[in-house]
Amino acid sequence: MADDVTIEDSSEEVENPTVPPSETERRQLHDLWTSGTEEPAWVVASTAEGAQLMLPRDEATAGDVAEESGTLVTDDRLYKDEAVEEEITILNMGPQHPSTHGVLRLQLELDGEVIRRVKPVIGYLHTGMEKTGETLTFLQGPTNVTRMDYLAPFHNELCFSLATEALLGVDVPPRAQAIRVLMTELNRVSSHLTWVATQGMDLGAVSMMIYGIRERELLLAFFEKTTGLRMNHNYVRPGGVAADLPDGWQDDVAEIVRAIPDGLDDYHDLLTENPIFLGRTKGVGVITSEECFAYGITGPPLRATGINWDLRKAQPYSGIEQYEFDVPLAENGDVYDRYLVRMEEIRQSLRIAAQVLESMPDGDYRTGDLKVTPPPRKRINESMEALIHHFKIFTEGFKVPAGEHYQAIEGPRGELGHYLVSVGEAKPWRLHCRTPSFAAIQSLPIMMGDQLIADAIAVIASVDPVLGDVDR
Amino acid sequence: MADRSGFLTTSINSIANWARYQSSWGATFGLACCAIEMMHTGAAHNDLARFGMEVFRASPRQADLMIVAGRVSQKMAPVLRQVYDQMPEPKWVISMGACASSGGMFNNYALVQGVDQVVPVDVYVPGCPPGPQSLMHAILTLHEGIKSGEFVRV
Repeated sequence: MADDVTIEDSSEEVENPTVPPSETERRQLHDLWTSGTEEPAWVVASTAEGAQLMLPRDEATAGDVAEESGTLVTDDRLYKDEAVEEEITILNMGPQHPSTHGVLRLQLELDGEVIRRVKPVIGYLHTGMEKTGETLTFLQGPTNVTRMDYLAPFHNELCFSLATEALLGVDVPPRAQAIRVLMTELNRVSSHLTWVATQGMDLGAVSMMIYGIRERELLLAFFEKTTGLRMNHNYVRPGGVAADLPDGWQDDVAEIVRAIPDGLDDYHDLLTENPIFLGRTKGVGVITSEECFAYGITGPPLRATGINWDLRKAQPYSGIEQYEFDVPLAENGDVYDRYLVRMEEIRQSLRIAAQVLESMPDGDYRTGDLKVTPPPRKRINESMEALIHHFKIFTEGFKVPAGEHYQAIEGPRGELGHYLVSVGEAKPWRLHCRTPSFAAIQSLPIMMGDQLIADAIAVIASVDPVLGDVDR
Repeated sequence: MADRSGFLTTSINSIANWARYQSSWGATFGLACCAIEMMHTGAAHNDLARFGMEVFRASPRQADLMIVAGRVSQKMAPVLRQVYDQMPEPKWVISMGACASSGGMFNNYALVQGVDQVVPVDVYVPGCPPGPQSLMHAILTLHEGIKSGEFVRV
């Protein structure tokens, strides 16, 4: 929505921003950034917010105002009274703010305490992951995408691996599929636990933070035992998983499945009927099903409006259709319903984990396709060819047939999709990620419009955005 | 440090440093994955309160220590510098994780290749992300440095 006004503005500020800085200027930049004095004009211009500024109503275009007020979809909750211009404040929230869940920046037009327009500004965590993905082989790809949505690393790895496998046309053995289901469902639990911890803390229940992370440590300990890392595991890889489950994993999973429902009961005692929590969440941040469709919102916020859409049921992947689970639904689409949906999803994910524990198949944990799978350690010691093959897989990678594939899975925040284009080389030609948090952030204007500024915190927490997922 | 100064100044310095290391309050500067581990370090399991650090201040003006937890993008760098400038002296910086320390695995157009290009760093924490134990080790290292006067530059 770059309009004429902002283009004129930026041309007035900078005469010729395309002239590269001289060596002296570059040195000055370094000097002054380490000493903290004034910045030269070209630095200011290159980092100027420009078109991102929320303009006053008389300068902004009608389209901007409509978008920032959340009125692209038919909306009867629009704030209609004409406010006196002097009473309007444009407030900047973030990017360094403890309740924006990372480095989200919101510009809010306030009429007293009522929010009239919202402009989310993103990009403060832009890491260039899609571009970096083009320089890494398909085997290295999960290393990159696992750092995208850092609360759901297994889901990112799984999505990338499934897309690669679809292009390769390899089948994954049942044990690898079961391990993937186990790890992603436990990851959903750990992600939702972080959400309930921060949702509680943002609404003033600081003890929720302690409780949520208490249970999450159990899961992280299991992840560390299995993958070697507490986060960013790079465990699910094209062709299977990196290693088999560790000895005694049954006891760990059984303990998780036993202990976390106890924690959930604590949370329900603390929050579900707590009058302060009800007052802060019921009827706050309402979004309808139609608005969810228009803004591309999936996952718990969509299911909280009563739409039964879960990719685990609609487009099953990795053999998840063998397990029994329910899709929790609610009807009002407010913050409280999203809370209820997520709390029930934790139970359902644990239910899947318990079934995997019962029915874990034997067999190999990665595919037998030798083009994709490195040779076993024993073979490397015996065979020169195996050594060469091992070396080539980890340096050059394996070539993936030309083609393109979009793979979507149900992440903790909604539809997580990876679109891969291969031109027959060992690296993807293009990687694009469709991330659920992005849709959640763009829907903030419609959820926050005509609400109090205190509710903004509840709304942000309730859509559970991960800024690494938004900006990537 | 304590060589040519008189008895009074050195004694006051050591008392001040003792007080500083006992309660170095952090500014919340969680950026990415490392911020989650920073939260875990502060929560009950690892309990930063043991080191007088359970208070993470939302306002940089009340903070002594900035833990840069996560990757710093080009867009975030000016913000980070501004928050650092708003912190009162004396102040310290911990660069948490590979991305903050060196750009990590993302050697590309988007990331600042090490937060030490923007702010002076006292302690670097390796890891991607560093676990709570790593962060606590870094914090204790910083405390030692503050106590001995090595890290105080006023």
